[in-house]
Amino acid sequence: MAGFETRQYDVLVIGAGGAGLRAAIEASAAGVRVGLVCKSLLGKAHTVMAEGGMAAALANVDERDSWQVHFADTLRGGQYLNQWEMAEYHAREAPARVNELEAWGALFDRTREGRILQRNFGGHAYPRLAHVGDRTGLEMIRTLQDHGIHQGMTVHMEVTVTTLLKNGEGIAGAFGYDRNRGRFQVYRAPAVVLATGGLGKAYKITSNSWECTGDGISLAYHAGARLKDMEFVQFHPTGMVWPPSVRGILVTEGVRGEGGVLTNREGRRFMFDHIPDLYKELVADDPEEGWRYVTGDRDARRPPELLTRDHVARMILAEVKAGRGSPHGGAFLDIAWIKDRVPKGAEHIKRKLPSMYHQFQQLAGLDITEEPMEVGPTTHYAMGGVQVASDSQMTNVPGLFAAGECATGLHGANRLGGNSLSDLIVFGKRAGEYAARYAKANGPPTIPEARLDEAAREALAPFDRDDTGEGPFQIQQALQELMQDCVGIIRTEAELDRALGALTDLRERADRVGVDGNREWNSGWHTALDLVPLLTVSEAIAVTARERTESRGAHTRDDYPDKDPAWGKVNLVIEKGEDGLMRVVREEIPPLPRELARIIKEQG
Amino acid sequence: MPATTFRIWRGNSDGGALQDYRTEYSEGMVVLDVVHKIQAEQANDLAVRWNCKAGKCGSCSAEVNGKPKLMCMTRMNTLPVDRPVTIQPMQAFPVERDLVTDVSVNYEIKERIRPFKPRPPDHEDGTWKMHQSDVERSQEFRKCIECFLCQDVCHVDRDHHYHLEGRFIGPRFFIHTACLDMHPADTEDRLADLKERDGVGYCNITKCCTVVCPEHIAITDNAIIPLKERVADRFYDPVAKVLRVIGIGGRG
Repeated sequence: MAGFETRQYDVLVIGAGGAGLRAAIEASAAGVRVGLVCKSLLGKAHTVMAEGGMAAALANVDERDSWQVHFADTLRGGQYLNQWEMAEYHAREAPARVNELEAWGALFDRTREGRILQRNFGGHAYPRLAHVGDRTGLEMIRTLQDHGIHQGMTVHMEVTVTTLLKNGEGIAGAFGYDRNRGRFQVYRAPAVVLATGGLGKAYKITSNSWECTGDGISLAYHAGARLKDMEFVQFHPTGMVWPPSVRGILVTEGVRGEGGVLTNREGRRFMFDHIPDLYKELVADDPEEGWRYVTGDRDARRPPELLTRDHVARMILAEVKAGRGSPHGGAFLDIAWIKDRVPKGAEHIKRKLPSMYHQFQQLAGLDITEEPMEVGPTTHYAMGGVQVASDSQMTNVPGLFAAGECATGLHGANRLGGNSLSDLIVFGKRAGEYAARYAKANGPPTIPEARLDEAAREALAPFDRDDTGEGPFQIQQALQELMQDCVGIIRTEAELDRALGALTDLRERADRVGVDGNREWNSGWHTALDLVPLLTVSEAIAVTARERTESRGAHTRDDYPDKDPAWGKVNLVIEKGEDGLMRVVREEIPPLPRELARIIKEQG
Repeated sequence: MPATTFRIWRGNSDGGALQDYRTEYSEGMVVLDVVHKIQAEQANDLAVRWNCKAGKCGSCSAEVNGKPKLMCMTRMNTLPVDRPVTIQPMQAFPVERDLVTDVSVNYEIKERIRPFKPRPPDHEDGTWKMHQSDVERSQEFRKCIECFLCQDVCHVDRDHHYHLEGRFIGPRFFIHTACLDMHPADTEDRLADLKERDGVGYCNITKCCTVVCPEHIAITDNAIIPLKERVADRFYDPVAKVLRVIGIGGRG
């Protein structure tokens, strides 16, 4: 194929965060040729940002924990929209996947008995998160990276995939460009695993890095795969709110897990003011019981700060709206108060939350061992994504797999903290295993030459409009503001209609985007090409958010404030129609098998 | 909003020069914010590598007023603004374009280092009994975000380019080696590599790497010096050598 650098693999993995690396390791172990493409340098993927830990019912700290409890917690958190088979695989397999990381060199914090230590987190009944201080994501990615590079895979860094290639119905590979020279790259592969992570960059305030533009979700959609649960976007309750340039950067839930409390301008611990029905029996009666819980008293119940993220985010927002917020429009998160309760309190905080200490010290000039932090909601995670089969992680496009944040199913309407890192390794492994199996059964595909020329033309189009076109940064910014204002935490039909109208305009503007300069490391060009996935996922979120006329989990409709039992039986699925337009389909959730229903009942 | 001049290196492997951009900045902004502002408003094709913007990924390494820094963690109020703020790419690596350098040599070096090789697990579930005090030494090194600022500042890399010639692995990979070596379950022997191939002897303990480390890892004191001592014990201590010959010495 003239003009393109072409490579051939059995399994091509797109994305090198936790899920992509784990998939690549598994596929390599199956003895097939594996290519791993990453948008950034290896080891820099957004997984490094994960702080709190990975959830697995190891029962090292509390022997009452089991996969059944973890399973029930996950479904309760997801408001029962979860693909329950995935939730079962996840709860059953997470412990083995975590232990495996230890065998590959990870060094988790330890219990007194020398086992992997586990910490409390929102929505988890028992201390369940294996962790390393507040840098667990870094530990995961480095462990997988350092193990992976010796397993025979080929890594292509700083390559962005712009389109998937098909041959008939099945997947045939991927097409993209390298950032350094802007040269086009063609990867031929009978099996492709998408592991591209999230879509936070569709919003103005987000904890996500520039990479998180929903690439895998968009690639899959345009290749004919179905998307599910796109209306559920998690707004993490605690992002930094000041100074402005760091707005959105994550403040780990681990702060609350270690005893941090939320207060308003009046000093009131407002989380006690409203407890959702689903959790009434599970929450402490008073601050004293909450403190006993975070310090390991097994008879105590959790403080309300450790309720699910959707609820905490809405509570903070309500305080701000009522005029009781912090000076920069958030709430106060105070960990310094535990100094009264813990010997050598300041040292304890620094040891448990070192990254948070440095983050606030350096970026906000604030010492968290002395003063409360100011925090507010930030776009954090997409529960929705590419629909996959629970066991194999294959999409409806033969040979196309997806795992991690860009896939969907495990988390339902709301993800529990800590279930993301475990998701990556449980389903990354499964995707790698099944992709390798698929590749062995299906020989190397052929790619229609004309398709490559077309993909190249599409990618270069912005250069043809260097004089006339609009700049890509302006369009990206307009999109982020639109999504923030109209498709954010609290939604209404009127605003969603406005968003859908404005998205049509933005798509037209994106069709006219122009960039100048050359193809080497040209951020303008890269931003222009990232508009395609950003616009695709934004439309998918807005369309499904408008369709679901109820409030559930992370999806809150001001005009439909209650949960509707009828909506509890369906997922919203999106597919690309024959006419190229987005179609929404309601899909019934299959009933729980009896033994799983029994577990749910027993766990309350 | 106050304004100042930012003197940014523009160019590629064929050469380049500093170019001035005047722009405003607001309270709390970091150098990376300013670079992005210039990129969005004045130079769409300005090349800069970044990811997390929170000091966790180690992508946006550069030299700000001549000092190796993460741009995302360098606040404007820590810099003098009565004169231009100079931003250049890391000098120890070949430049790709503008502020982006080719750091691939670091990935090649890591692949050469012998990986983790654990003893058989202590427990049936495939895990080991390790206490917090056992893992803390290696945990310090595992904080490394691979920003390669320590590689950039080290004179063996910067002035002599031994890292590019395969003679010196540099501070980042001394802590990587130390991390593996001090892992309570590891059984691999890397001392001969350190001495013969990795060039641990070239380090003369000026501690520049420790100074620039954004994670405040005591690279020299806690990693490099202990490695040097182990190499010295193994290869240069005559008493230990005699003991080994008669069969009562450890592996050093």
